[in-house]
Amino acid sequence: MKRELVKYLLLVAAAVSMPYFFSDGYMMNVLVFVGINTMLAVALNLLLGFAGQISLGHAGFFGLGAYISGVLTATHQVNPWLAMLIAAIAVSFLAFLIGFPILKLKGHYLAMATLGLGIIIYIVFNEAVDITGGPSGLSGIPNLALGSLVFDNDVKNYCLVWTFTIVTILLAVNLAHSRIGRALRAIHDSEVAARVMGVNVRLLKVQIFALSAFISAVAGSLYAHVMTFAAPASFGFHFSVELVTMVIIGGLGSIYGSLFGATLLTLLPELLRTFQDYDIIIYGLILILVTMFMPGGLVQGIPSLLGALLPKKKEGRG
Amino acid sequence: MNLSDQLIQFLLSGFATGSIYALIGLGFSIIYNATGIINFAQGEFVMLGGMVTVFFLTSLHIPLPAAILGAVAITTFVGLLFERLAIRPIRKATPINLVIITIGGSILIRGLAMLIWGKDTHAIPGFSGEEPIMIGNASLLPQHLWIFGMTTLAIIASKVFFNYTISGKAMRACAFNPRAASLIGIDVKRMVLFSFVISSAMGSVAGFIIAPLTMTSYDVGIMLGLKGFCAAIIGGMSSGLGTVLGGIILGVLESLGAGLISSGYKDAVAFIILLLILFIRPQGIFKRAESERV
Repeated sequence: MKRELVKYLLLVAAAVSMPYFFSDGYMMNVLVFVGINTMLAVALNLLLGFAGQISLGHAGFFGLGAYISGVLTATHQVNPWLAMLIAAIAVSFLAFLIGFPILKLKGHYLAMATLGLGIIIYIVFNEAVDITGGPSGLSGIPNLALGSLVFDNDVKNYCLVWTFTIVTILLAVNLAHSRIGRALRAIHDSEVAARVMGVNVRLLKVQIFALSAFISAVAGSLYAHVMTFAAPASFGFHFSVELVTMVIIGGLGSIYGSLFGATLLTLLPELLRTFQDYDIIIYGLILILVTMFMPGGLVQGIPSLLGALLPKKKEGRG
Repeated sequence: MNLSDQLIQFLLSGFATGSIYALIGLGFSIIYNATGIINFAQGEFVMLGGMVTVFFLTSLHIPLPAAILGAVAITTFVGLLFERLAIRPIRKATPINLVIITIGGSILIRGLAMLIWGKDTHAIPGFSGEEPIMIGNASLLPQHLWIFGMTTLAIIASKVFFNYTISGKAMRACAFNPRAASLIGIDVKRMVLFSFVISSAMGSVAGFIIAPLTMTSYDVGIMLGLKGFCAAIIGGMSSGLGTVLGGIILGVLESLGAGLISSGYKDAVAFIILLLILFIRPQGIFKRAESERV
């Protein structure tokens, strides 16, 4: 537990020091998205990495969070914080309801069902033009504010988003080391064995699905208020796959791995500007190669790969 | 047009798109039965069937029949490569890993198609012109007849293959019990390869016969693939009549939904059906439930 605390404090220190390193708005802006994607990747990892249940529809929950917040604040002038809470509760409630039938499915079937769910949500964003503004998007979403402090520039948004990100990581790490975390891993290994050990498999899977949707919706809400705009294209199948890629790269079941995966996949397109549309090919390759050769993700995979290549010096000690 | 004419029209076009879904769905179930894998890249084989035909027709000016044969050959080769490079070498073949690898494969194929042919939408001319055939007040395109004909042919061919050839019987044996199949001397790995070859060929057929009706581009594979999967799920993943009926049911419902309710939500119909079937009867609507082995 002490190691966890040290890791966590290092993360907090790094996050706090970022604004002193990067004074320009561009990098801060990129880091805002790193924060949002980290929240999403951690949320998905709780489901995919710990409980072993795949979701190819998480972009849908993210989008619902963004749109509920957006519509409530831009169209109905609800207080943004209240809207965020409503969005998160509504989305996790939806996930809870749909979780019972959907999480009865396994493997490929679960993948297809969540994918279908994500696509239905995406179609609604596009077609419910009166509410969502259709394919051209919803604009005029206000920034979040605390009293007179309005989160309207990159540095302020950075502080806002990373506060949420850091809380999310703390929550996820604690969950992973709790009784629930162990029960989830038991489900991952064998549902039958977990049930025999007294884990309420069905309920726990649904609860973690709802929690994952809750975090995704908060991330969506933050996204909407930071961008002051939401369009369906950000919440499609493509983004769901990107999220899965982040989790896989970081390693299933590794919270800090998800942070790494989200950071890498958010920075990669920024660094490879020339690739533009073709970054999707790189995602495809990364997905295949990492799954084939480093099932534990890059964080575990690269050191063990290096370990296999380099001569072993430390052997024979003691 | 009065309502009954309209209904006939919806039924006809639903039947045609349904046939396509059936062909794609058969591709899904053939691989699933041989390997237990749901191949998320199935839709990309359909896309390749259309796009390679377009490429041969417009860039190389090859006549249509040769272009089609070329497209089937290339797509089949891609299917073969995919199995050899991505499916066979995988070490830890949990279902989630297989899902992710086939998704990775589909993204890669789609991305490469975009790299090679760009993002434009292309059309193939109808195989026998565009003059509609009138049935009462409903019209039917010659291409629809091609679709019915080719689908029937493909279904009969696969039926003959699976029931009357030694390779087909061997594949069914693998689907039934891979270990027992290998004990009696069937090369299971080869059968897995075969299943990818047959599915990609079948997918490419679906791709080039639908292209004259709906146009084609690098990204048509996602939707068509998912609809095909939906057909296979309705049919209980059978590599025979169940999936064919599943495709036709889906096509007709979708066409009715688009015509009578809203065309914008047309694609949602398929997924709502998919979810309902998965929730209520995951074994398909024609099959009895099987208990899961632990």
